[in-house]
Amino acid sequence: MNADLVIILTAILVSTASALVGSFLVLRRMALLSDAISHAVLPGIVLAYWLSGGERATLPALLGAAAAGLATVVLVEWLTRTGRVKNDAAIGIVFPALFSLGVLAVSLFFRNVHLDMDAVLYGEIAYAPFNTLSLWGREVPESWLVMGSLTLLNLLFVLLFYKELKLATFDPGLAATLGFAPGALYYGLMTLVSFTSVGAFQSVGAILIVAFLIIPPATAYLLTQRLPVMLALAVGVGVVSSLAGYALAIWLDASIAGMMATVAGLCFALAFLFSPVEGYLTTRLRRERQRLEVAARLLVAHLAHHSQPVPEQEVLEEFGWNPRFLGQVREKALQAGWLEVVREGLRPTARGLAMSSARLELNP
Amino acid sequence: MSDLLLIFTDYTLRNVALGSAMLGMVGGVLGVFAVLRRQSLLGDVLAHAALPGICLAFILTGAKAPLILLVGGGLAGWLAAWLVLAVLRHSRLPEDSALGVMLSSFFGFGVALLTFIQHSNNASQAGLDQYIFGQAATIVASDVLNFTVLGGLALLTVGLFYKEFKLLAFDPAYAHSLGLPVRGLNTLLTSLTVLAVMVGLQTVGVVLMAAMLIAPAAAARQWTDRLSHMIGLSALFGAMAGVSGALISATRENLPTGPLVVLSMSAILLVSLFFAPLRGLVWDWARTQLHRHRVRLERLLLDAHVLHAHGTLTPQALAERRREPVAVALQNLEALRSLGWVQEHPQGFILTPTGEQKAHELEQAMRVLPHRVEGSS
Repeated sequence: MNADLVIILTAILVSTASALVGSFLVLRRMALLSDAISHAVLPGIVLAYWLSGGERATLPALLGAAAAGLATVVLVEWLTRTGRVKNDAAIGIVFPALFSLGVLAVSLFFRNVHLDMDAVLYGEIAYAPFNTLSLWGREVPESWLVMGSLTLLNLLFVLLFYKELKLATFDPGLAATLGFAPGALYYGLMTLVSFTSVGAFQSVGAILIVAFLIIPPATAYLLTQRLPVMLALAVGVGVVSSLAGYALAIWLDASIAGMMATVAGLCFALAFLFSPVEGYLTTRLRRERQRLEVAARLLVAHLAHHSQPVPEQEVLEEFGWNPRFLGQVREKALQAGWLEVVREGLRPTARGLAMSSARLELNP
Repeated sequence: MSDLLLIFTDYTLRNVALGSAMLGMVGGVLGVFAVLRRQSLLGDVLAHAALPGICLAFILTGAKAPLILLVGGGLAGWLAAWLVLAVLRHSRLPEDSALGVMLSSFFGFGVALLTFIQHSNNASQAGLDQYIFGQAATIVASDVLNFTVLGGLALLTVGLFYKEFKLLAFDPAYAHSLGLPVRGLNTLLTSLTVLAVMVGLQTVGVVLMAAMLIAPAAAARQWTDRLSHMIGLSALFGAMAGVSGALISATRENLPTGPLVVLSMSAILLVSLFFAPLRGLVWDWARTQLHRHRVRLERLLLDAHVLHAHGTLTPQALAERRREPVAVALQNLEALRSLGWVQEHPQGFILTPTGEQKAHELEQAMRVLPHRVEGSS
């Protein structure tokens, strides 16, 4: 089996599975709960490792992770509900404690086994090709099986409960009134986040799972206001990050998962700057254009009151503009065909006169 | 006890304990402001975001001088905090997502840089990745000195700007209306938090740093309503956790200090949550039980009062009225009698003058109940 293919497909599966559930975390403002869960699965994995007698079996690990993930959620909710601690503080209290327990257990009981801390924290997707399973007489990478099933599971969850998820995410009150059991849905989602975290544990490590769960959905969130589009875009960003991240990692000889997270971060930066809906630069550009447009209309309306062409110097004094701005405004008005430049100064065209006598439309 | 004495005699342990205590103290003080301003998880983000800065500082200088690495980490953490604010100001992304994005992309970049350095076979890189877990056991005297100077600087600044920070934590709008440079003060507080996080990285590491900012403050909050007391307690709790974590980890081999410091802190927090006077959950529970008991007895008295007015205060009548077995009704009457509210009578029971008086008071109170309950609860 081609090692590159194994790694890339594993990464794509991890990012797809994460994007599907991560989108709902971002929408429900629970993004940092995924950070907590991804750390807290560590004691769950240790527990499973111990219960299964030192085997690194997948099923006990999944169960342990689900237990640890749900424990995180329950503990955070309990702490918040006591009213003694705010929600964000509750998250920041619970996960370091659980993570510490996990680290302690690893250093006490599993010092010399496969569960070393480096792998736990960063994971190493480069090892994916070496873990294979025999399936119907063919060697299949274990990561494909694990992450493939998880991707399928998450996809089924989203498809089957799409309506319920949507309603519970955007209007939990109505969902509860309609008897949609938002609580069950919530714990279902958290279970899947825990599953996904532990499934991706070996590949990308505890902390980088958060990158895959949060960054692609957050990027998609900036690009659209529609849920199906957001889900699709999140998956797309995940795939792009996987591919480009892998290429960069090979080129620079650096951590694959780390590079994928970096590329995802860059995707986010691009979306933040250039999103057509609300990108930082797009918005500024649009505002600038609108400012020029308004100024041009103002200028033409002003000229329309004069029977003679008005010298530019006079316009500058009248409006208090600087020459550079007047140049831009003049350019804008010329382009629109509202203005003409004659020897004596500026003069509105017939079109400009028509425009300024028409009712000023604020929303062209 | 002999372990406790080691802290004075054992050189390594003394440094580790002092370093951890210093961290706990600085984290505790600055955490108070972070928690009150609902920026608890900013510390977590800063700690993660420092990694690429540490790596870049190493790549650029080729040296592993702690101070240079900390400056690099601090700059990166600061940049991440600034980016979070920029994203929040210019998009509709929720705050937690913005924090999560910066945390994980910076950390991912850091991990990539770290492996890049490791693969470049630079001999002096060893130990760089300990910033992730912290390596409290390797704290030496010069580190303690660094911590003390940096931490002292942070604490001094908090002392100087105490009034301003206090206002900022509780009423930023009012602070603004007073003409205080709110944005500048915010930046200053964030920078101090960055400083605290950088101090903590070496001791408890990236992952556990969040706890050292939040938990001491959250624990201290349970004991007091006054900011100055909260800061003092938070510092004390942090220092206690630091020292006890260091001590426990010294008792056996293979006990990492960082996680033990955090777990000690969690223990202090749990004790505070349950047993702090006024806010403790246990006292709260006890008060609720007591209150319930009192309300139950008062209801009982009112029932008895109604029956008494009809001249039929017997166990049977009470049982019927309250839909309970006669045996229970008898017990209830016994309870009322032990309070001196009823007494036995040839036809059953009657209310005593005290009971009569009490029932009257209760009825009066119930007539104005809505107001009274709101006012008195």
